[in-house]
Amino acid sequence: MKHKYLVGLFDDEEPLLVATKKIRKAGYRMKEIFTPFPVHGLDEAMGLQDTRLHTIGFVIGACGTLFAIGMMGFITAVDWPINVGGKPFFAFPSFVPITFELTVLFASVGMTVIFYLRNGFSVFKDPEIVDPRITDDRFAMVFCMKKYGDRQGQIEDLLKKTGAVEVKERYLEEELPDNLFKSDKEYFESLEKAHH
Amino acid sequence: MQYSSPERQPLIEGHKTYHDITEDIASGNEGTPPLAWLIGLGISATVATIGVLCILWTIWQGIGVWGLNKTIGWAWDITNFVWWIGIGHAGTLISAILLLFRQRWRTGVNRAAEAMTIFAVICAGLFPLIHMGRIWLAFFIFPLPNTRGMLWVNFNSPLLWDVFAISTYFTVSLLFWYSGLLPDIATLRDRATGMKRRIYAAMSFGWSGKAKHWQRFESLSLVLAGLATPLVLSVHSIVSFDFATSVIPGWHTTIFPPYFVAGAIFSGFAMVLTLMLIARKLMNLQEYITIAHIESMNKVIVMTGSIVGVAYITELFVAAYSGNVYEQYAFWNRATGPYWWSYWCMMTCNVISPQLFWIKKLRRNIAFTFFMSIVINIGMWFERFVIIVTSLHRDYIPSSWSYYSPTWVEVGIFVGTMGIFMTLFLIFARFLPVIAIAEVKSILKVSGDQYLEKFAEEEKAAREKGISIAGSANVAGARHDKDA
Repeated sequence: MKHKYLVGLFDDEEPLLVATKKIRKAGYRMKEIFTPFPVHGLDEAMGLQDTRLHTIGFVIGACGTLFAIGMMGFITAVDWPINVGGKPFFAFPSFVPITFELTVLFASVGMTVIFYLRNGFSVFKDPEIVDPRITDDRFAMVFCMKKYGDRQGQIEDLLKKTGAVEVKERYLEEELPDNLFKSDKEYFESLEKAHH
Repeated sequence: MQYSSPERQPLIEGHKTYHDITEDIASGNEGTPPLAWLIGLGISATVATIGVLCILWTIWQGIGVWGLNKTIGWAWDITNFVWWIGIGHAGTLISAILLLFRQRWRTGVNRAAEAMTIFAVICAGLFPLIHMGRIWLAFFIFPLPNTRGMLWVNFNSPLLWDVFAISTYFTVSLLFWYSGLLPDIATLRDRATGMKRRIYAAMSFGWSGKAKHWQRFESLSLVLAGLATPLVLSVHSIVSFDFATSVIPGWHTTIFPPYFVAGAIFSGFAMVLTLMLIARKLMNLQEYITIAHIESMNKVIVMTGSIVGVAYITELFVAAYSGNVYEQYAFWNRATGPYWWSYWCMMTCNVISPQLFWIKKLRRNIAFTFFMSIVINIGMWFERFVIIVTSLHRDYIPSSWSYYSPTWVEVGIFVGTMGIFMTLFLIFARFLPVIAIAEVKSILKVSGDQYLEKFAEEEKAAREKGISIAGSANVAGARHDKDA
């Protein structure tokens, strides 16, 4: 089954940011925005929930720290203690470099793996692109017509009024997955805060 | 609206649009390969093959084919190892530390510099492995559960710390580099057709630039940069511990970690300049790697070069002041002993020559910069040679005193690693964007020449009206109070 979407194309980041806020204020939630480079503040303008990726990185990194100390402590003090010049078996100062390295290794590998998994990345995926220029110089705002089919005209007008250079319908084989949005109350509060 | 002081130099020249940036950079990866590339690849692949043959000969015969002896057990192998690792450090500095410092000029060179890091670490890693002699037992360096009576590695040894440091450094650099490449591979994918498109599609992991993905991408790059920054400092510190924790006069000094890190960045920037000056010429990237970029890198060189110079002099002073005759002899011997030529080569290349970059004209001169980048690389190679060989060749008992010169096998391996490095770099430059397309686009509005011209005009108009625009505009990282 084909899924119908409305795509508004912008040619610059500034009108896109303004348009995103205006359209959200008008009461519509875009399904997705595709940009060719990271647009600072777009996730806030859209009302996306904050990412928890850095928290995951911290937790995995802390696991790395514990693993490193545990492993070296077990090996040098429990499993096979060797007396080297009367020095302590559990010689913490000389464990510091490896503990640090393993913390960094765990945190970065863990974060990257979670990044790929959560984004649904796969080498077998050749994504359906709403417009071939979204990895070049176009910023695409996509609306789900299953949800807003009855108000397509209004959204089209809004897009054109807020500076979209092109508005078109697009049918995709695969449905675009949902984004996690903040609640409307939270979103408008955060906009207020940013304004002040 | 983004704003930048018009006094800043443009980092993207030629009034580019977003599409121009895509076109200019991606076109380097499309079409038939240019003749210069094919010739370059042919030469470097040949040199790499010689290196591989010499490595195989070493493995076949044992390291007896090298010029090492009982007194001098570390020489070219470890010199090359430290040299290559040091070269890699500039890539991480540019991509991680300059990201944290919000230096916009990094976007022009970070991609190639990170690639350089990865290839340099590959070359570096080869040396300790073949130096082991029995490379098929290389896995002994990892604390793996084993059947040797559960005999473990020694966690108190800096050599083992090095194993963890280098392998972590390689892994993190690779992840950082590849994650940053995803959006640009997607750009190439959407321009390609047929088989090429399918390959780029697999390599891009299905990237399409969704807002949520960018949000996570930015979080990932920031945290990886934050982790890579102390990591890069730790790696060369740990490399220096290989020497500093020993009791050899000339090695046993506390100044080593900062001195090694500064030297690493110094030589790394020289290598980035060598590569980028060639790449910008061959691939027509003068508008993205501008004189402003080259000048910024030369400033880093003069800074780190001065740190290195101060470290050399401090070493001499401390040896003289310590009253320790062995230490004093080690340094006197460096300057006047049988290896005096390598010491003075190091001093000239590393201490005196970078000071020329205090002159602005020379910092902005491309031919001179290229020449200096080679000089510095030679100087930094000699630094490691001086530290390692000169300190070792006078053993505790004069009857063990010795002299080392490399055999053809060692020369072949060293030259061969340069071939491996260049081969990998050329393959990278052909099939992946050498400049981070998405990142350059994200600084266009603040560092593109047309926007800086616009800012200058606005400022002039405002000044004529007698008002300051500093308060009204959203001033992003610009000092702008002088006409208030």
